[in-house]
Amino acid sequence: MQPLPKWADLVLVPLISLTLAAFVTALVILSIGESPWFALTTMVQGALMTASGWGHTLFYTTSFIFTGLAVTVGFHAGLFNIGGEGQAQLGGLGVALACLCIPWPHWTLALFGASLAAAAFGAAWIAIPAWLQAKRGSHIVITTIMFNYIAASLLMFMLVDVLRPMGAQDPSSARFPAELALPRFNQIPGLDLLFPRSVPANVTLFLALAAALVIWLLLWHSRTGYRIRALGKSEGAARYAGIGPVKTTMTALLISGALAGLMSVNNVMGDAGRLLGNSAAGAGFIGIAVALMGRNHPLGVVLAAFLFGFIFQGGSELGFMTAIPIEMRVVIQGLVILFTGALDMMVRMGLERVFARLPRRPSKAKAA
Amino acid sequence: MPGDAGGRHAGGPGGLNPPASVTDPPAIELRGISKSFGPVRANDEVSFSVPKGTIHGIIGENGAGKSTLMSILYGFYRADQGEILVHGRPTALPDSLSAIRAGIGMVFQHFKLVQNFTVLENVILGAEDGPLLGRSLRRARDSLTALAREYGLEVDPDALVEDLSVGHQQRVEILKALWRNADILILDEPTGVLTPPEANHLFRILKGLRDQGKTILLITHKLREIMEATDTVSVMRRGRLVGTLRTATTSPARLAELMVGRKVLLETVKAPARPGPILLSAENLTLQDEHGVERLKSVSLTLRAGEILGIAGVAGNGQSELLSILGGMTRPGEKVSGRLTLKGRDLPLSGRGADGKSRRQAGIGHVPEDRQNAGLILDFTAWENTALGYDDDPAWARGFLTDNQAIRDDTARKMQTWDIRPPIHTLAAKSFSGGNQQKLVIAREFEQDPDILLIGQPTRGVDIGAIEFIHKQIIALRDQGKAILLVSVELDEIMSLSDRIAVMFDGRIMGERDPATTSEGDIGCLMAGIAPARIPEQTPPGPTAEAP
Repeated sequence: MQPLPKWADLVLVPLISLTLAAFVTALVILSIGESPWFALTTMVQGALMTASGWGHTLFYTTSFIFTGLAVTVGFHAGLFNIGGEGQAQLGGLGVALACLCIPWPHWTLALFGASLAAAAFGAAWIAIPAWLQAKRGSHIVITTIMFNYIAASLLMFMLVDVLRPMGAQDPSSARFPAELALPRFNQIPGLDLLFPRSVPANVTLFLALAAALVIWLLLWHSRTGYRIRALGKSEGAARYAGIGPVKTTMTALLISGALAGLMSVNNVMGDAGRLLGNSAAGAGFIGIAVALMGRNHPLGVVLAAFLFGFIFQGGSELGFMTAIPIEMRVVIQGLVILFTGALDMMVRMGLERVFARLPRRPSKAKAA
Repeated sequence: MPGDAGGRHAGGPGGLNPPASVTDPPAIELRGISKSFGPVRANDEVSFSVPKGTIHGIIGENGAGKSTLMSILYGFYRADQGEILVHGRPTALPDSLSAIRAGIGMVFQHFKLVQNFTVLENVILGAEDGPLLGRSLRRARDSLTALAREYGLEVDPDALVEDLSVGHQQRVEILKALWRNADILILDEPTGVLTPPEANHLFRILKGLRDQGKTILLITHKLREIMEATDTVSVMRRGRLVGTLRTATTSPARLAELMVGRKVLLETVKAPARPGPILLSAENLTLQDEHGVERLKSVSLTLRAGEILGIAGVAGNGQSELLSILGGMTRPGEKVSGRLTLKGRDLPLSGRGADGKSRRQAGIGHVPEDRQNAGLILDFTAWENTALGYDDDPAWARGFLTDNQAIRDDTARKMQTWDIRPPIHTLAAKSFSGGNQQKLVIAREFEQDPDILLIGQPTRGVDIGAIEFIHKQIIALRDQGKAILLVSVELDEIMSLSDRIAVMFDGRIMGERDPATTSEGDIGCLMAGIAPARIPEQTPPGPTAEAP
């Protein structure tokens, strides 16, 4: 089979996959006796037609960009980091400690410090699985997923026994100083015209977009990225070229963990203003789908993160506005992952067949 | 010398070809097959027919369209135009299943076998009689024994494929096709991985199959094989069929000319070597693999400036390990000992400083044996592959970032000077033909101007035109005073290029010869592990000095 033209590969395939996912979702909604059309309009209405909707959608998008990039970097080294959830939770711990323990004079400095802490904690959390993978060949998928559970327990311990303020009932840290709160979109001059009321989306979105740009430069315009991709594509060629597998594996995974950790700047510092139990809220796992759908390219990741942000926000709107339970968004996410990730080849092969037939017509016409 | 060399021509001794082929429709007939990939016409109005019970060769340079044509015959590609007739009936071959049903079997260059299955399991794979395997396995065992008797295709049906030699694995592929009732067999570059004796055995098998009425299509770029094994031959050049000839009435020179479109020098011409000082010397190099098996046993050699040292040997006798030590490619689990000096300085054998990059910095270039898994990253573009091993070249750095444009320009220039086709540096390496892939590697390594160049299998899977070119370049590099270590399983290549020949067997160097005074037979003995220097071997007086 001939390869698809690039535009079809990048645009048409995901579009068809999404349509299929939407179609099956419609069937599911029909089967519980609700109107798919109403569901769709509710989702669009709730996620994209109001300022508050946008504010939430972009907030989720921010988190998903980070976790999607985390999976992307690992993927290019041929390593599947599915521990983004745990690394994000540890990143949250880093943010909390940075915000609570250091008296920052201004939120910009606090943002810088908290980002460093989040990245460092996320990287530290993947360091052990990464080292085991690089040195001992222990499979990164197994170790990172186990580390997710350890992270959850560790976080709970920290919240209940260490960070919980005296007398508080819920397992969460103290509130961060109010002056460290990151500007939300409704507080940013210019943007506040678009967002009149308070929204969770905050300056971290720009950090996420910058991260996407940096990762793009890293992967395709730097030596480190070259080595990461070379190792990911061909271990033999990497050995031949003298690209150290241990060092490169560690580098890629530490960057991956750091990105996952950075996600916490968005929700812990940018929104909650304190560390809560389930701070990552599944964003670590959604990052896998985002990376899959975004074809492991930073630009694709940004777009896919937006799509999942839409589903996340639109899905919660479903829960509020209709009789459809909020869990429907998990169903939608699952179907999107199924069609864009797992069943990608199905769409692709069908499309390849269509395209194989297309260009023959003009050549036949010429021959005739 | 193969014993049956006399019986190679069509309708050879005793009229082995059934005269029925005159009246039977041809086993395969192609009429005006065309196939384009984008702007490239891979096949352009190709027509030929192959009579039943003959061996038909298809020869052409890499990229001439042989493989595309065979992929069309096996249902991998659909032709844009044209018609295929199998036994006189027009047959549509939309997929490989219909090709199998039409009685076409394919033996790929790279085998499609499950390594940890037995021969029997591999043979029935995909063609089981039902959900339970017992019956299929019994049936396969019976017919395998029958086939083995009939065609000399002896393979242990219960052996694991991973334990078989390459030659035997290929027999399994042939058995697979026969088990699926193929009466037309396509073999794509079947001798690329075989030793000369294995290749000769394969040809005997093919002739046996032909004499039983099977039709065989042999795709190759090696003239000798065409001359030795086929009855008729079609020559392809740039997608076109430029001629179909009777093998008996043609000559290698004529075929080469048709293939390349001009006269080709089949013999390598080189001036006598003027060896300079010793650049590289290895003492007692020993390599133990992850399982503790000694793959390289106390190998010592010296390499002088301005000479080509050829390492002959059947594949898997330690040549790869030798290259891997010299080129800094040993794996973490492997234990290496011995001593390696470059211009009098010790080189580390393991750990820091023993990796490929350090070797390159020390002045050792390396064209690896396995260009698909080491020399190139197939998914990377041509220009990205130009930086493989040289990614920290300061000329390509721009602050923290790499100067991709500089690498692209450099690649474009190399493509010009080395005539790499198509000259599109953004194309993935996997899209180039074998010869052009090899040129990408050679351009990269040769232009770094190393003092010492390690070259493994420089012309494996490479077409004649490119072979001529590569050989010339190797000699030119030698004449510039570089030291070249050449490892090849092609004895011809070793004989014609080397200034000295060392023969490896079972991880040792069996002996060294001067190509001017030695013979293929002599080298062949060494390759088989027989040390002919001690010919009076009637009663070995005590333990011999050399191990077998």
